[in-house]
Amino acid sequence: MAFDSKDTAAFKGVWVFCEQREGVIMSTSYQLLSEGRKLANDLGVELCGVVLGKDIKEDYLKALGGYGADKVYYCNHELLDVYTTDAYTKVICDLVEDKKPEIFLIGATNIGRDLGPRCAARLHTGLTADCTHLDVDVEKYKAFLKTTSTIDVDNTKFEENTNLKMTRPAFGGHLMATIICPRFRPQMSTVRPGVMQTQPYDEAGAAKTVIENVDVKLSKEDIHVEVVEVVKAAKKMVDLIGADVVVSVGRGISKDVEGGIKLAEELAGVLGGVVGSSRAVVDAGWISADHQVGQTGKTVHPRIYVALGISGAIQHLAGMQDSECIIAVNKNETAPIFDVASYGIVGDLYKVTPMLIEAIRAVKASK
Amino acid sequence: MKCIVCVKQVPDTSGVVAVKEDGTMDRAAMATITNHDDLAAVEAALRIKDATGCKVVVVSMGPPPAEGMLRELLAMGADEAVLVSAREFGGSDTYATSQILAAAVKKIGVEDDDIIFCGRQAIDGDTAQVGPQIAEKLHLPQVSYAAEIKVEGKTVTVKRLLEDGYMTIKVQTPCLITCVKELNTARYMSVGGIMECYQKPLEIYNYETLKDDPLIDVDTIGLKGSPTNVYKSFSPPVKGAGMMMEGADKATVEKLVSILNDKHII
Amino acid sequence: MDLHLSREQEMLRKMYRDFAENEVKPLAEWVDENEAFPEETVKKMAKLGMLGIYFPKEYGGAGADVLSYAMCVEELSKVCGTTGVIVSAHTSLCAAPIYENGTEEQKQKYLPKLCSGEWLGAFGLTEPGAGTDAQGQQTVAVLDEKGENWILNGSKIFITNAGYANVFVIIAVTGITTDKRGRKKKEISAFIVERTDPGFSVGKHEKKMGIRGSSTCELIMEDCVIPKDRLLGKQGKGFAIAMKTLDGGRIGIASQALGLAEGAIEETIKYTKERVQFGKRISQFQNTQFQLADMHAKTEAAKWLVYSAAMKKQNHEPYTVDAAMAKLVAAETASDVTRRCVQLFGGYGYTREYPMERMMRDAKITEIYEGTSEVQRMVISANLGVN
Repeated sequence: MAFDSKDTAAFKGVWVFCEQREGVIMSTSYQLLSEGRKLANDLGVELCGVVLGKDIKEDYLKALGGYGADKVYYCNHELLDVYTTDAYTKVICDLVEDKKPEIFLIGATNIGRDLGPRCAARLHTGLTADCTHLDVDVEKYKAFLKTTSTIDVDNTKFEENTNLKMTRPAFGGHLMATIICPRFRPQMSTVRPGVMQTQPYDEAGAAKTVIENVDVKLSKEDIHVEVVEVVKAAKKMVDLIGADVVVSVGRGISKDVEGGIKLAEELAGVLGGVVGSSRAVVDAGWISADHQVGQTGKTVHPRIYVALGISGAIQHLAGMQDSECIIAVNKNETAPIFDVASYGIVGDLYKVTPMLIEAIRAVKASK
Repeated sequence: MKCIVCVKQVPDTSGVVAVKEDGTMDRAAMATITNHDDLAAVEAALRIKDATGCKVVVVSMGPPPAEGMLRELLAMGADEAVLVSAREFGGSDTYATSQILAAAVKKIGVEDDDIIFCGRQAIDGDTAQVGPQIAEKLHLPQVSYAAEIKVEGKTVTVKRLLEDGYMTIKVQTPCLITCVKELNTARYMSVGGIMECYQKPLEIYNYETLKDDPLIDVDTIGLKGSPTNVYKSFSPPVKGAGMMMEGADKATVEKLVSILNDKHII
Repeated sequence: MDLHLSREQEMLRKMYRDFAENEVKPLAEWVDENEAFPEETVKKMAKLGMLGIYFPKEYGGAGADVLSYAMCVEELSKVCGTTGVIVSAHTSLCAAPIYENGTEEQKQKYLPKLCSGEWLGAFGLTEPGAGTDAQGQQTVAVLDEKGENWILNGSKIFITNAGYANVFVIIAVTGITTDKRGRKKKEISAFIVERTDPGFSVGKHEKKMGIRGSSTCELIMEDCVIPKDRLLGKQGKGFAIAMKTLDGGRIGIASQALGLAEGAIEETIKYTKERVQFGKRISQFQNTQFQLADMHAKTEAAKWLVYSAAMKKQNHEPYTVDAAMAKLVAAETASDVTRRCVQLFGGYGYTREYPMERMMRDAKITEIYEGTSEVQRMVISANLGVN
């Protein structure tokens, strides 16, 4: 039967694209499988992982079952070792056309965001980018809205259906939109890495995993690009202005300058950010001038700004108050920094920061 | 040889973001800018023009005021502009948008040694989907996330960003490349360029212009032809006055981290 | 009467503003602190056509108009007075007199290089004994025996752009004439002198109160030999050329003053909305509100004088008095506004952490150079027939 993306009734099952790089499955895949499992349960259907690669270890494939996959479609081919848009799109679209899943989740990595749109365009279906929340069940969706939106959920009408409700931020989080794809299948979504929780690994699930080797039809002629090299870069230093997270130190580190800066570095490391400072710290010669945030330094608007021992002089505030989330730690409860902070802790940075680092590590490890 | 660059005019979200009562963006109340990644794409094309003397055509889909942005790109050095604008195109999602833009690019004409540039993603949608989808509709090879581009004859070598490094990819023209803003720093308009920009050709492609292309079908364009629809849109709870945590012990810190985690801040 | 900018002028304004914010403003403090001439910025401006805005394309200009040039100096000066005067002196005091008085050969030789920024221009009129009073000129130029070369002797002071300029329009005495009433008078002529001409050198660099990055030096001519064809305009017309050049220059300086006032107001509005005293943002105090309202109204009034003078020059209407009024009002507004803005900033305004004290120092010069405010009053009152 010819493939028709409009014939929604013909599609069944939840799929997750399990991206591998250098033969290793990326952790995003586990997050997606964990989330996909919930959706598959709500729908009462199978969850399948899709792996494209060359000679992937069977253990790795089996492990996908440990995160919830009932079945793994394994596409093994020499030309799938390294990602190319052409090869991956062809193999995935062939498989989708054959098996017809109703939901297809892809990690919103730089590769997933290259592959997803190309596949959706070929399959003639919708794709929602960079989702942070997924639901099929309306009640669960309503429960989600109650905690994260200003919508009066109980007095709003919701269309009852099991379409995938894909929620994503727009305009840098100023707005949230829930998108559906009611008339076409599969319902495709790229999912922001790190957002979905990974469920605990289940040995029994792994043992039960069914691995189906897919007959891959692919030749060199299908691929129109040549991958000359793949280079893994040592973690690049991000500058303050482009940084996603900035952890800044202020005069509060005077007690133990080196220790204070080290704590900030460690916290920045855990959050994936860089270290900034107030003017006082630069003027005292404790840190180089390129770290300075403020009127005479740099203006930053990262996603997270942590102010450690910074009182919040106007000149500093001018450089950071537009940050999305400001976390301030300061001994003085009347410090102006608390006026702009999203979260404030009145306390000693030398005591609070190590606890913060530990707690964030713990949360990250659970993902 | 020529470069065709797809660009989008977007609301400037660096200033105040205006939101209407129904929770959607009040675009009319906000200033507009050329999308950052798209500017990098324009600059990439202009640098190829500087080196080879090739023609640069900029194309944008949007309402009539987007002409202002296209004139600015002409003032930067682009040679021709195309504004794709019609009521029938309104409400398009990425799938439908790429159908229309692909048809427009076909109308401009893609020759053997041409390169099509797009920005990686637009700041108002952040989808990064339109570039690859145009490539699919035109049956062209694509390279996304370009952070370096070298053109030698018909071979284009691209440094494609990965989260943990990069790939070097070689591709033959015609091809489509999506650019990240880090690729370059876009030039300013020049005084001379501004004085000339209103004399340069700017064509409007409306529904009539494109309707004979098989890509343009009521089932594949506009609101009706879009596979995806908005189910609900909402604003996150208002960022009120900050929250002062009680105490400064381990429990407090853990509580803070769990709030941050629940809100996907970390 | 159309008070609207053309669509090109609107775009130019946006471009100047982007350029000023991103390229000029970040350097302004450094330029001032180190008395550093912003060479890189000049190169960038040259590439964008900002050094030949209103000259025709056939001479390498951008083909825009005088108002577009005035807006350029204005936008640059909002963030850096030094950068504003570099463009003003180059355009109004060097490229303009060559364009307006030069032979076709002179225009072909100098304008493309000046417009492209390959060469920077300056103007030498002021001398130790002759500033506002141009008749006091001591620099002399004599034709050599063969009648092939002019030989210049003398010195000029306070010359803007001097340290970096390649081309100088120099005013010198070429003889003594007798006027209608039989009184002896200096015959004054204008010349084009190149930096590499033998006998020409740049002397002492002045240390100034404001516009500290602007290169203000002495020019020394000791048997400086230049070819005969470097005479600019007719022999004996130098005084008229100098006065006409200053008329144009005053539009540039008025624009600089206007920009400084506007820039100061912008910074002050921003600051007063952030700064809290007595539990209120200082923008909530009526004193702040009224001060800023007054300053803005005065600055807008100055702006229309400046724009009107620029448009008259563009339309080849007489504009001497307009330029004088524009400069007088804009310069005094700039001085007054920046001083009041420092006051609104309080202690911070007096520190070098904020740009306000720099703007106040920069503003002062606009009341002095290219004709002091007193000279502007003389021009205006003479035109009124008050003598």
